[in-house]
Amino acid sequence: MTAPVVIFFVLAALAVLAAVSLILQRHPIHSALSLIVVMVALAGLYLLLGAEFVAAVQIIVYGGAIMVLFVFVIMLLNAGEEERTNFSKLATYAGIPLALAIAGFIAAAIARSSGALPAAEPSGALTSTKTLSMLLFSDFVYPFELTSFLILVAILGAIVLAQREN
Amino acid sequence: MSDFLAKYAFLIVPILKIAVLVFLVLTVDAYLTWIERKVIAHIQARWGPHRVGPHGLLQPLADGVKFIFKEDPIPAHVDKAAYFLAPFLTLMLALTSLAVIPFGPQTFTVFGYQTHIGIADVNISLLVLFAITALGVYGIALAGWASNNKYSLLGGLRSSAQMISYELALTLSVVGVLLLAGDFSLRGIVEQQTVPGKGLLSWYVFPQIIGFLCFYIAAIAETNRVPFDLPEAESELVAGFHTEYASMKFAMFFIAEYTSMITVSCLATILFFGGWLSPFPETWTWTQYLPSVLLIPFGLWVIFDGFRYENLFGRILLPAVGFALTVIGAALLVFAALNGAIQGPFWFFAKVFTFLFVYIWMRGTLPRFRYDQLMSFGWKFLLPVSIANVVLTSVVILWRMH
Repeated sequence: MTAPVVIFFVLAALAVLAAVSLILQRHPIHSALSLIVVMVALAGLYLLLGAEFVAAVQIIVYGGAIMVLFVFVIMLLNAGEEERTNFSKLATYAGIPLALAIAGFIAAAIARSSGALPAAEPSGALTSTKTLSMLLFSDFVYPFELTSFLILVAILGAIVLAQREN
Repeated sequence: MSDFLAKYAFLIVPILKIAVLVFLVLTVDAYLTWIERKVIAHIQARWGPHRVGPHGLLQPLADGVKFIFKEDPIPAHVDKAAYFLAPFLTLMLALTSLAVIPFGPQTFTVFGYQTHIGIADVNISLLVLFAITALGVYGIALAGWASNNKYSLLGGLRSSAQMISYELALTLSVVGVLLLAGDFSLRGIVEQQTVPGKGLLSWYVFPQIIGFLCFYIAAIAETNRVPFDLPEAESELVAGFHTEYASMKFAMFFIAEYTSMITVSCLATILFFGGWLSPFPETWTWTQYLPSVLLIPFGLWVIFDGFRYENLFGRILLPAVGFALTVIGAALLVFAALNGAIQGPFWFFAKVFTFLFVYIWMRGTLPRFRYDQLMSFGWKFLLPVSIANVVLTSVVILWRMH
């Protein structure tokens, strides 16, 4: 096995383990920390694919900004440990078969694909930050502007909701 | 053996460089505390540490021994995992951020592997630095929360709010430099500031003076130092997020704080003050003797000062140190190649030291902000000014292009 393959499996295992731990942890803060590990492991996978800018932004935006807010809110609310309840009926009768079905589909897809699946080429066009921003501000400028408009509306909504009490 | 070294040089050389850098940084951290205590003492008309070793020079060593051997009680009802994770995370991230900083221009070859001064030379090094800074919030927030103490929690919350707020201004204040340089790599940004014959006039601090002021203010807030050290305001919060930490775990927060001071000073040097570039034009060749000109008189003065020191230990140690400094200065005069090699690092560390001194100077001079003042300053003044700086810079660049 070459070094990139080893690194891939280490990061992938880390991401999956952290995701499982995110669900199984009893304390919200521990769940949030597990989610941060997932984000950082994903950033490592992006880096492995040669998308450095996306990797850095993944950590800055998701690992940094968004998860800090999660942690912040959990701390401010002083959320304690969750209590375990019995599984809901829906989860037992519908959830477990569905989970098995999805696992089966994925396993089948992996089994049917040939062993010598070529790794995704690090696409030269997207790796450079310059090309990325050129694309974003020329070909995809409408979706980009629409997204920023959407975020602006969300911010205004948040301010209106926060101001209502006064 | 040499085959093995040549084959795995890509692995061995970085590990060696990391070991050397970590050793150097920890030593500098230790002596930074000594410098800080001495400088503040002199600002306040005191002597500062002067008992352990001549001029208190062995004080950092004594502090280190004390940190290791002190009892390390764990308070009841702490969240064990987060309580232990927090100091390690803080220190690890602080040290990691130094990995992308280039300290000098030269490349050198070890075991047939070409490398340069600095650990990793990535082409998005500035983004990597910001990513690591973004994660740095967790260490302090977790420490405050896990300690199960209201002062710690308030300190941790204050600090995370402060760091999120000032991170925006910090990132935006750098955009001007990025627009001018057109490069995310710190090495590239320094190389962009190299204009032959212009010396310090080509540094980005002149076109980006607003950006620099915003950057430095935001960086001080980001490292939780005076006048923005509210997370540890002892009159209100005992010791803030590290109230419940003792011994080596406290030392980790302490080392992390000093390491991030060094990182921020390195970053200010690289982005705005030309990194390893000399402030003089290349034609002034005599300026390359400046390191010797500074080292030799200083070494001679240390010898002179040592001979009249009050106790025998000082009368032996200080002249020895002075002699070593003089010999290094003389060696630089004799060996031209060596002198050429240290020019870059010399200027780099001179600039970094200046910024560190300003940090300490401010701690001795300025009072602390109030919390609401801090927040309104960050959001209502610093952020708009750095956005205006971005707009202004882009307009000027566009105008020049046409």
